[in-house]
Amino acid sequence: MANETVSPEALPRASSAAPAKARRVLPIIEIVVLAIALVVPFVLEDYLTIFATRVLILALFALSFDLVWGYGGIMSFGQALFFGCAGYGVALLGRDLDVTSILLVLPAATLIGLTAALLIGGFLLLGRNPASVIFVSLGTLTGSYAADRLARGWYYLGGQNGIPSIPPMSLGQHDIVEGLEFYYLALGILIVCYLLCRFLVRSQFGLALTGLRENEARITFFGYQVQHLKAIVFALGGAIAGLSGGLYAFHEGFVWPNILGVVFSTQVVLYVLFGGSGTLIGAIIGAVVIEAASFWLSNTFQEIWPIILGVLLLLVIMFRPAGLISLIVSERERVGSFGQPGRRGR
Amino acid sequence: MATGMVTAEAPPAGRGQAAAAEPLLAAADIVKVFGKLTALNGAYLTVAPNEFHGLIGPNGSGKSTLMKCVAGAETPTTGSVRFDGRDITAASPAERARAGLSLKFQITSVLPALTLYDNILLALQARTSLAGLVFSRTRGVLHDRVMGMLEQFRLADRAGEPASALSHGQQQWLEIAMALAPEPKLLLLDEPTGGMSLEERRVTGELLQPIRAHCSLVIVEHDLDFIRDICDRLTVLDQGSVLDSGTVQHIQASPQVQEVYLRRA
Repeated sequence: MANETVSPEALPRASSAAPAKARRVLPIIEIVVLAIALVVPFVLEDYLTIFATRVLILALFALSFDLVWGYGGIMSFGQALFFGCAGYGVALLGRDLDVTSILLVLPAATLIGLTAALLIGGFLLLGRNPASVIFVSLGTLTGSYAADRLARGWYYLGGQNGIPSIPPMSLGQHDIVEGLEFYYLALGILIVCYLLCRFLVRSQFGLALTGLRENEARITFFGYQVQHLKAIVFALGGAIAGLSGGLYAFHEGFVWPNILGVVFSTQVVLYVLFGGSGTLIGAIIGAVVIEAASFWLSNTFQEIWPIILGVLLLLVIMFRPAGLISLIVSERERVGSFGQPGRRGR
Repeated sequence: MATGMVTAEAPPAGRGQAAAAEPLLAAADIVKVFGKLTALNGAYLTVAPNEFHGLIGPNGSGKSTLMKCVAGAETPTTGSVRFDGRDITAASPAERARAGLSLKFQITSVLPALTLYDNILLALQARTSLAGLVFSRTRGVLHDRVMGMLEQFRLADRAGEPASALSHGQQQWLEIAMALAPEPKLLLLDEPTGGMSLEERRVTGELLQPIRAHCSLVIVEHDLDFIRDICDRLTVLDQGSVLDSGTVQHIQASPQVQEVYLRRA
């Protein structure tokens, strides 16, 4: 079919003003962020390195949500469910079975997040009729709220106090404790997950996700199984959230019901909204800026810092709905290109 | 023009007279009720292989609803849709697309943020396996077909530009190219020339002619000159029912159609 041509000269060609080659900014941002992340522990005091590690783990959590929302177009208001389930899961492994090997607990955390997301996603996304945004949002929100309430009321899970004194994660006989070691472990895992997500969203699968996000009905009529695509990306997001939850549990040394709940689920939405969805790096920047601002403001303005932070968030969302990243990254670059136009038969 | 069926009447299967050869599409006795409104009341549509079939009728006559029932966007309350020898009445839009049925929406539905190239690639890669998508196995393989479609619709020079940069008429062409890219057996076009200039309409007609060799076409259109120029047969709907169906000449000569539709138009 493609070889057929149409009454040639008679037809006007689409006039073309050759587009100026836009400079790509995202790779530069990625390199700068990586460089800063690599040297940060050398310029920070120890207690701040511990804080920075927590931020990296939360950035990994934000990455999971950006994959689900920024690329899959699925508004999950219950992402903390997968984070918290995995956190509790590995805390129980450590407390009850004395299993703390990094080679077991991190894959277990990932698997717990994946399984929970498959169950919730299967229920919410794989029905006979396509699920509406409201249905999925409320469904995930309800799951997160229910898990929070369940953990608070379940004695085996420590009730309101959660599970304290989780033994440290280990590699052989060596304990991985908070500080430099844990920082670079978290950074390494974040980089690997980032690169995997980047590979995925720039593949043909990423193009299908873009189609799904931009116009679900259109791609349904191309023959895409859109509900399956959604379930897959939702499950991947759950797996990454689970991994971050596992890291968090061992880094903090305790888990508590809040990490399953609605407030924490909303927090990750804010990270991504603030930084800019659909770029991956925007989610990381959002998590870092919000956590750093919270940290600094809470020390400087002890009484009113939540109000100041809230106003800042509102201002960004009102005037930069595409997030901080949109200050320097164009919409065109954010969406990206998936194929290279050129002559045929190359 | 008339390479398709030339007889005046071709009643659908299920209406008491068997078609000589199985048509590509046979929608029969379609009823569609929305609450208290009966949008379609026993409508039918039969399309032969390689036929260009026009669906016309006054506003509110049920053309778009019948199109949606065929494409799977709406499920008929009663009636059946057979396509390429299969009953697809209960099939999802995705299943119908995979069976070889393609739709261009009434409202332009290109993806404006994507380049023209990626819009076509998105349409073409729909049948690639999950692993093939994740590892981008068909990106290189499909390149020639993507560029071929863009060349066919005179858009190749702008392949790297976002679809939002195109004029309305060019976006309509891009969407037709997207619908044709997977090489469907039947293409459904809902008002493809809406908002186009006279010249763009003429070009659209010329762009559609070559697909006749491998694809049938059902087209809903208000521009009767355009319909008359490219279609072999017409079905006229009025108040949810088929008023008449046959060759263009037959419809033009039909006193019923002239009375109910053409004069009103």
